[in-house]
Amino acid sequence: MSLVGGLAESGRAQLRKWGRFTLFSLRLLAVCPRALLRPRLVVEQVHNSGALSLVIIMLSGLFVGMVLGLQGYDLLRRFGSTESLGTAAALGLLRELGPVVTALLFAGRAGTALTSEIGLMSATDQLSAMEMMAVDPVRRVCAPRFLGGVIAMPLLAAIFSMIGIYGAQLVGVTLMGVDAGQFWSQMRSAVELRDIVEGVVKSVAFGFACSAIAVYEGYHAVPTAEGVGRATTRTVVTSSVAVLAIDYMLTAVLL
Amino acid sequence: MNDSNDAGPPAPAEAIATLADVGYSVGGRAIFDRLSIAIERGKVTAIMGPSGTGKTTLLRLITGQIRASRGTVIVDGEDLGTLDRDGLYRLRRRMGMLFQNGALLTDLDVYENVAFPVREHADLPEALVSRIVLMKLQAVGLRGAARLMPAELSGGMARRVALARAIVMDPKILIYDEPFAGLDPIALGVVMRLIRETNDALGLTSIVVSHDVHEIGKLADVAYLLSGGRVIAAGTPAELAVNQAPVVRQFMAGEADGPVPFHYPAPDYVTQLLDAGDRA
Repeated sequence: MSLVGGLAESGRAQLRKWGRFTLFSLRLLAVCPRALLRPRLVVEQVHNSGALSLVIIMLSGLFVGMVLGLQGYDLLRRFGSTESLGTAAALGLLRELGPVVTALLFAGRAGTALTSEIGLMSATDQLSAMEMMAVDPVRRVCAPRFLGGVIAMPLLAAIFSMIGIYGAQLVGVTLMGVDAGQFWSQMRSAVELRDIVEGVVKSVAFGFACSAIAVYEGYHAVPTAEGVGRATTRTVVTSSVAVLAIDYMLTAVLL
Repeated sequence: MNDSNDAGPPAPAEAIATLADVGYSVGGRAIFDRLSIAIERGKVTAIMGPSGTGKTTLLRLITGQIRASRGTVIVDGEDLGTLDRDGLYRLRRRMGMLFQNGALLTDLDVYENVAFPVREHADLPEALVSRIVLMKLQAVGLRGAARLMPAELSGGMARRVALARAIVMDPKILIYDEPFAGLDPIALGVVMRLIRETNDALGLTSIVVSHDVHEIGKLADVAYLLSGGRVIAAGTPAELAVNQAPVVRQFMAGEADGPVPFHYPAPDYVTQLLDAGDRA
């Protein structure tokens, strides 16, 4: 009985958390138009979430692309169609790996930074001070950071895919000797606009999810050193699971 | 406003904030039960009491950060129980609050911190913003520190900047949460002088939460002493100093033991020691 009771209670707690997150997200979306009236704040956050994540995104993109080049070459060699390497790498990166890996890296780099920044602002009374100055912290602090993440994510994913394709080309063409003309021309003829749209839709959705989770966890963090630490961990875990789940659902819908 | 367990004076005609019969509890534990306080306009009112008696909770009630579970809280003519978020924000524009550590925005420098409320609430030309900010910084003696970041300030300086920020919108009520905690004697003297001068020069009403008996004695016009969730004494600091009630005397004289016990409630000492010995 106590086990059943415990399960029911934890289920209720989880539901309450979902409810709180939904309400917070709605409030966030409601104040976004007003936050957009001050583009300078949003641009600052695109810089913080996007530009400062560029190095890790580009490095990871290069290595993921190079691995894709190696694995793809080995696989395609067995079917005697190594010239399709460009197509395989481009489709894999644009539709799947680009948005997903970018979102996972974003959660680890920018998401944690957002959560800990907002959590520490709360722990040092900065958010309460804003409330006391009649400034809504959700509008002034959370919304620009959320929008910054939503804008930065597709840009980062595009850069990731671009560098990834270059990495695959580096390994496939330069190292393994795949014909460069075949590599690029097959890619150009096989990749369609809808492949690119799929990637963009996914990365925008991931941007919404990762930024909303990061901002929510920071805003609701217990205002202590331990509380902020736990909230930061939750941001990474929840964002990663959310990205993979949303990825499956979007793939099922968009295919 | 004569409350059975309230030792406070009758509400004066010129009260800018009144708490009547207020109850507030967290997780089933009552922090306040039938608390009544009147804050007089134009005066420096001190809220004193041992740690954990709900002084900060009282401030959060007055500023509308939390809502009373019973009774009414009226601030500058507005009933906080009936205000929505917009109404509360409109009221807060007439209030300023100084947090214990200053609560300056760490990503902005001193100048931008003071300018923050102005920029958020008014669309003024930069030249005017600059004049307002410099005047407030001059008032707290930190015009020269305008371009320092909060991390570069001492505790006393951070509080002075926070004071400049709190008065930049010319509030009617200024609230201080433990303004003296952790200050050296010079900084303490400066902050005390600033609270008094700000109150009198700008015609404000000040509410100061503190447990520093000596400082409050020199600063406040009226003092309330809270203990156990209710007002146990009220009056001028001089009246409190000669109050003979045991709890008041213990607090004013800083005695370690008395009606407020030194020991946190615990099982019998000897029994617990013997039990521990038996288990080992």
